[in-house]
Amino acid sequence: MLNKLLKRSYLGAVYLFLYAPLFLLIILSFNSSEFGTKWTGFTTDWYLKLFNNGTLMDAAVNSFLVAVSSATTATVIGTLAAVSIFRFRFFGRNFLMTMLYIVMMSPEIVMGISLLILFMTLNIPLGFQTLLIAHTTFSLPFVMIVLFTRLSDFDKSVIEAAKDLGADELKTFWYVILPSIAPAVVAGWLLSFTISMDDSIASFFTTGPGFEVLPLKIYSMVRLGIKPEVNALSAIIFVFCIILVVIAQFLLKERKK
Amino acid sequence: MENRKPVVELQNVKKSFDDKTILKNINLTIYNGEFLTLLGPSGCGKTTTLRIIAGFESADSGNVIINGERVNDIPPNKRGVHTVFQSYALFPHMTVYNNVAFGLKMHKVPKNEIKSRVTEVLRIVKLENFADRKPHQLSGGQQQRVALARALVNKPLVLLLDEPLSALDASLRKGMQKELKQLQRALGITFILVTHDQEEALSMSDRVVVMNEGVIEQTGTPKNVYEEPNSVFVAGFIGDINILNGEVLGLGDGGISARVEGRLCAIKTKKSLKIGDRFKLLLRPEDMRIEKLSENPETDGLMIGNVVLKTYKGATLDTLIRLQNGTQIKASEFFDEEYEDFDYNMDEKVSIGWVSGWEVVLPDEGA
Amino acid sequence: MKERNLFQIVTIGIIAIWLVIFALIPNIMVFAVSFMERSEESFIKAAFTFENYRAFFSSMYFSIFAASFKMAFITTLICLVIGYPFAFILARSGSRFKSLLALFVIIPYWTSALIRTYAIKVILTTNGLINTFLIKAGVISEPLNMLYTQGAVVLGLVYTLLPFMILPLYAAIDKLDTRYIEASQDLGASRLQTLAYVIIPITVPGIVAGCLLVFLPSLGLFYIPDILGGAKNILIGNLIRDQFLNSRNWPFGAAASNILTIVMAFMLFAYYKSVRAINRRVL
Repeated sequence: MLNKLLKRSYLGAVYLFLYAPLFLLIILSFNSSEFGTKWTGFTTDWYLKLFNNGTLMDAAVNSFLVAVSSATTATVIGTLAAVSIFRFRFFGRNFLMTMLYIVMMSPEIVMGISLLILFMTLNIPLGFQTLLIAHTTFSLPFVMIVLFTRLSDFDKSVIEAAKDLGADELKTFWYVILPSIAPAVVAGWLLSFTISMDDSIASFFTTGPGFEVLPLKIYSMVRLGIKPEVNALSAIIFVFCIILVVIAQFLLKERKK
Repeated sequence: MENRKPVVELQNVKKSFDDKTILKNINLTIYNGEFLTLLGPSGCGKTTTLRIIAGFESADSGNVIINGERVNDIPPNKRGVHTVFQSYALFPHMTVYNNVAFGLKMHKVPKNEIKSRVTEVLRIVKLENFADRKPHQLSGGQQQRVALARALVNKPLVLLLDEPLSALDASLRKGMQKELKQLQRALGITFILVTHDQEEALSMSDRVVVMNEGVIEQTGTPKNVYEEPNSVFVAGFIGDINILNGEVLGLGDGGISARVEGRLCAIKTKKSLKIGDRFKLLLRPEDMRIEKLSENPETDGLMIGNVVLKTYKGATLDTLIRLQNGTQIKASEFFDEEYEDFDYNMDEKVSIGWVSGWEVVLPDEGA
Repeated sequence: MKERNLFQIVTIGIIAIWLVIFALIPNIMVFAVSFMERSEESFIKAAFTFENYRAFFSSMYFSIFAASFKMAFITTLICLVIGYPFAFILARSGSRFKSLLALFVIIPYWTSALIRTYAIKVILTTNGLINTFLIKAGVISEPLNMLYTQGAVVLGLVYTLLPFMILPLYAAIDKLDTRYIEASQDLGASRLQTLAYVIIPITVPGIVAGCLLVFLPSLGLFYIPDILGGAKNILIGNLIRDQFLNSRNWPFGAAASNILTIVMAFMLFAYYKSVRAINRRVL
């Protein structure tokens, strides 16, 4: 009994460690005091101030555009590739898988500077297009791993049955494979969207001065000190992320049934 | 058997999980040196019984006694019993040698003794050349032998085997059945085996314990439970059986006269029955005798029916016959080379009887 | 047959080309640049030199590397010590809420590390939560200087990276068949012996994967020292960034980044070794 209590309090303490700072942030975003953690009254002023901050809103729109387009690109390329890798044996399959794992594991800063060198060498101006490439690249392994997990439950004879009944390759994909992996595709998109919205390190190196994204904007504000608007912004982003991640996880859980 | 020393005793053992009763009231004595099988369908409580003996589960009430000592509160690592797990549970990070040596190391046996005992037991299970392999480099049968060696090296009082052969394919399983039995004879260690495979139970054990829904239905030698089942469940679970309905018409010396499926017949039984009692007559398919009506028009005491299905089984011909009242009877006959027109035609009308004295009478349950 | 090839060629072709152009070639370029010389006009000058690697051993840079590795090592150790019991209790609890509880570990994994670092700053700052609380409680009279210390950076790293340690450990322990534990007890091992000889060895791939996912970012997450550590407690990541964006010494930055790649290669190798040793994977 004591043992159980001890275990529970340990779990509780770690969860507290993980979540308390975030909840504190959310609470402070409604605190009327501009400095410190002393509670001086409830206010939504910081949120209003946030929405009236033009450059911040611009950055948010930019981030959103990059996240939607990179998540979509990564999901389309990644889904098609994951299905083919799952179905076919071909020369270089292991090499491809190894590359994916290395991209996933490699420190973001390494990816950031390597792409920076590439873009500078090819004279590609830094901005939306370079961010799109960078974000798609780091999202691809996540999309594909989510799909591989789902596909591992997929009965390959169903594909053969579809072909036996006369479906061609594209129809088989569209009518047989895709419907069954759709939840994982959506989950992959949501997770890609989330990491793109949150990314600061790769973006740091691959965006130009004309195209500011939200995490970098937050970064520059946060370096200077604590600002209540940042609390409000953080609270919004955090809650937004949680919603997306929870949806994604439920989509992935569904296959267990 | 009874004069042997008891090694494991279960007294009034009860167990439930989340309000679901798994074991109702188990009383069982297992004697030193015997090969005992717990047999039953899945969910009957046989594995729970085994795990209670091993110490992985504790009984809600009752006593678990090993070697004369109550062990209810003794953890599994301090009991003199060892388990061979269903999926073997070989430690994947250790070689065969280290898997087998694990128990001895835990008991701080001196190094050179470990070496000699492990080598010896690996020789017994014919794996002396595989000592340095990892479990995943072995076949299923070899893994099974490692699991056996890992338990046996500790010289357990009792070896518990939880469906040890279920992961093997059919041909390998037959071979391992023989090996297991020979091993048990040679070592003289008490084996308690759990299985749902009646054939396995019959061919390997000295005694079979048939379980169903948390109770022991019958305990006895394989011959005993096969030939004299004491319930319809046991009869049906162990082998194929025909269950016929009967009613006692008259009592005689060492038997009764009765009406079975509408036919009059004489039945030998020692069961005490009264006139008018209803009963079930149990007959194994191989005890049935079919005759062509054309050859034996005398039909007294015989049931009449039509052949509805014939299944050629190689050594036997299995026939399904539907009686006029709709009851279906299975018969299994050995081919007789000298009897040429042994075969029946589909839908042929035949008479069907049984070898007198091989029938089992069970008073109607609940009557 | 032809049609199947077309679908396969197109789908595999796109991803292969993408990865080659945007992952393989850029990394080869980093490798190449690390042997070149810097140039004021075009960042790099084609040449071949080991000078960039030799510079690591100059006293100034060496101490930065040493401090960064030390912080990464401490961070990994703390995460492992906190994370293993946590993952173990969670994975082996028969709780109905187990998958929900696991989800709560996953959520921070996907949320913005930048914001989570900022949250730590709010707590540690002079008039932050801890100081306010301690002064109110009468423990201290003057606010403590917790921010801009090495401890603050390590705390930020642990806070950000703990879920990355817990998840692979959880996956490894969750997959651990209870029968291994029972078999170990059956063979006479005590609980501590079972932990040392059976549970930990079988979950080594999870441990290695967790350490990989914590140690590597601990060297590179440059915003954490920026926000929590001030100018003194910097990581290799800060050094790399500064070489690329401030000092404009690409070759040296590339060489420093190759250090991270080499660390990654070592740890991935260790991971595959450990997976092969017990024939199962957790990632």
